[in-house]
Amino acid sequence: MSIKKFPIEAGHIMQFARAIGDSNPIYSDSEYAEHTEVGSVIAPPTFLQACQHYEENFPLRPQADKPWFGSAKQAIGEGQAPGSEGGGIGLYAEHHYEYHQPVRPGDVLHSKQREGKCWQKQGKRGGQLTFQEYITEFYNQHDERVVTSTIIGVQTEHVVS
Amino acid sequence: MPLSISTLRAGDQFEKVVVENLSRSQIVMYAGASGDFHPVHSDETYAKAIGLPGVFAHGMLTMGMTGTALTDFVGDNRLKKYSARFKGQVWPGDTLTAKIIVESIDTENLCAQLKISTYNQDGKEVLSGSAQALLYL
Repeated sequence: MSIKKFPIEAGHIMQFARAIGDSNPIYSDSEYAEHTEVGSVIAPPTFLQACQHYEENFPLRPQADKPWFGSAKQAIGEGQAPGSEGGGIGLYAEHHYEYHQPVRPGDVLHSKQREGKCWQKQGKRGGQLTFQEYITEFYNQHDERVVTSTIIGVQTEHVVS
Repeated sequence: MPLSISTLRAGDQFEKVVVENLSRSQIVMYAGASGDFHPVHSDETYAKAIGLPGVFAHGMLTMGMTGTALTDFVGDNRLKKYSARFKGQVWPGDTLTAKIIVESIDTENLCAQLKISTYNQDGKEVLSGSAQALLYL
């Protein structure tokens, strides 16, 4: 999924740093950051995962006008978990980041995603495993590439018990 | 302190406990910050109803927490690459330690190749990875 607009906000970076348990002031204190080599608050290395907030129709975010599959009155809500179709299950195997420039509050990113390599392997329990690379390039408001993010997903043939 | 090529040697190691007794609240914080609200990570009732023992952490939370060890070791804005392979699930109550080993040093490009392993309180590896960091002269 490509993203049209991902505004980088200082408060979002601070909350992300708190969530990963990082109290480094480079992620929250602009006065401190001004006097460092990088010169401003920057985003932690895995922050661009938060682009999910800006993915249109992201399936793992409840949306006001659609049924959600988590518990509410009943133990399980309407529908099934995305990614569980077709008998097998989709798993998240690897994540690779390549950094070209720091990401700073005030930047407005956009991304382009493409499929990379695809290969298959015989698994022990899930039958045939299909691996697929998804490569996302993130660019800033000057169209400069800031981060390349590559996810390797694996689809099992049947449900792994 | 950022890493200096004059003092760093292949084989040098760095270890950090990146989370102690992981709480469900921290997993919820990560769901909110990252935007991944899959109920297997934040909805205990749902997780049990589909046969899991309970909720478990996002793989990317483990990668994020491991990243704190990396940036503590190499300094801010020094990473060129950071890769992780997810090896096992991380559960509430887990204590994770990230271990970083300097594999090699490229003196020409002022760069260190690092190997990463994050393991839980039982010694089981939950993440293996690698990174490349720029060094100071």
